[in-house]
Amino acid sequence: MAENTAEKIHDVRLEVNGVTHAVAVPARRLLSDALRQECGLTGTHVGCEHGVCGACTVLVDGRPVRSCLMFAVTAAGSEITTVEGLAEPDGSLNPAQQAFRECHGLQCGFCTPGFLTTVTAGIKENPCPTHEEAREMVAGNLCRCTGYQNIVKAVERAAEIARGDAPAAGPPDGDDGGLEAATGDTEVARKDDASTTGLGA
Amino acid sequence: MKPTAFDYARPETLEEAVQALGSHPDAKVLAGGQSLVPLMSMRLAAPALIVDINHLPGLDHVTADASGVRIGALARHADVLASADVRRVQPLVSLALANVAHPTIRNRGTTVGSIVHADAAAEMPMVLQLLGGSVDVVGSGGRRTIAADELYVAPLESSLAHDEVAVEAFFPALPAGSGVAFEEISRRHGDYAMCGVAAVVAVEDGRVTSARAGYLSVSDVPTVVDLTDALAGSVDDAALARAAEAALAQLEPESDIHATAAYRAHLAKVLTARVLTAAHDHAREE
Repeated sequence: MAENTAEKIHDVRLEVNGVTHAVAVPARRLLSDALRQECGLTGTHVGCEHGVCGACTVLVDGRPVRSCLMFAVTAAGSEITTVEGLAEPDGSLNPAQQAFRECHGLQCGFCTPGFLTTVTAGIKENPCPTHEEAREMVAGNLCRCTGYQNIVKAVERAAEIARGDAPAAGPPDGDDGGLEAATGDTEVARKDDASTTGLGA
Repeated sequence: MKPTAFDYARPETLEEAVQALGSHPDAKVLAGGQSLVPLMSMRLAAPALIVDINHLPGLDHVTADASGVRIGALARHADVLASADVRRVQPLVSLALANVAHPTIRNRGTTVGSIVHADAAAEMPMVLQLLGGSVDVVGSGGRRTIAADELYVAPLESSLAHDEVAVEAFFPALPAGSGVAFEEISRRHGDYAMCGVAAVVAVEDGRVTSARAGYLSVSDVPTVVDLTDALAGSVDDAALARAAEAALAQLEPESDIHATAAYRAHLAKVLTARVLTAAHDHAREE
């Protein structure tokens, strides 16, 4: 059905994770496809391709946006962050990534890039999400493995890590007020870990 | 699923945008693209020319004053929803926006774009119509204002001319002594609603002087009905039931894959009573 008769190619400069990619794309190239094919950044996953599943979510000028619902040509001039750009400059995991690992917030991992970009921006906008707000933050992202329980825990944990006020190991355990006291030793270890990775700053 | 090939224009002024639209009979404006791009990917739409207005200057404003709320064509839903001034001047805009898809979609989708996309399942067309708002458009004939009740001519069809760009939407302020409410029911969080109802109720000296309700996803165009007569006495269960029946008499619920007409009618009745109650309570607080 595609008409291949001399489709115009546009030269576009995409700013992705601080790097400029000069790409040549037809106007209909979705940003999700341009990131994967032209930029070689395959961390952005393509699921439903009509804006429902959230797997392709990237940050455009800091805000989570569906990359399958944007054309690459219109993204020129914006700063794009993909899952590859989330880690700290030294390669250590950012709070959202760290929390998803700690809380077992993923199984097959297909949806994870979209969750991580969404949560990275979400806890910046709302550093202290309530349980309901944590659920709302990821309500636009589908996961077919986990049943979401550990993902929501990871959102709450990511906010804690980003605030730097809850160094407990493992997933947050509901409203157990005794958790921090009970894991005092781990707390120290975690703090050391954080200082060496630069995440404690 | 990929869109079909199209020509692409990225105008830098409104004049260029209007000119580009006029240059092709099958041209389409791209703003947020949260409705248009999926339609193109599913090949339900295949415009020959996309006029990308995202880079036009001076269209991303969200302002509110005593007269009402003005929203520029490039203001994203998220910007409008975040505005405390909008919430104060016309709270129904904020109440409805919180139900528009998910935050990620609201980061990109524009309120004005949603309004002129004219989807009867969307929140903002119905709210514009219920509040008696308007849209300013610019075309080769200059700038004009289209009142909401002249905007929606058919399913997914607005009265904008082919070469006109919607540049601003206006929602009148909520008058003193009036209250609003919004509620919708959807299968999944963030999905299009199977039925959504908003109400505006005005109260004077304890009496309802005006009660109107707007319906989304019930018919194939956004629909507003006047329910003042049903609530002219006291606002009690019997009056609310009468209002819901009166509303239904003016609606023609439709069946689709998401809900039968009978279920939609049921939802419309229940939600009518709920939002009228809430808007009436809100009016008495004001």
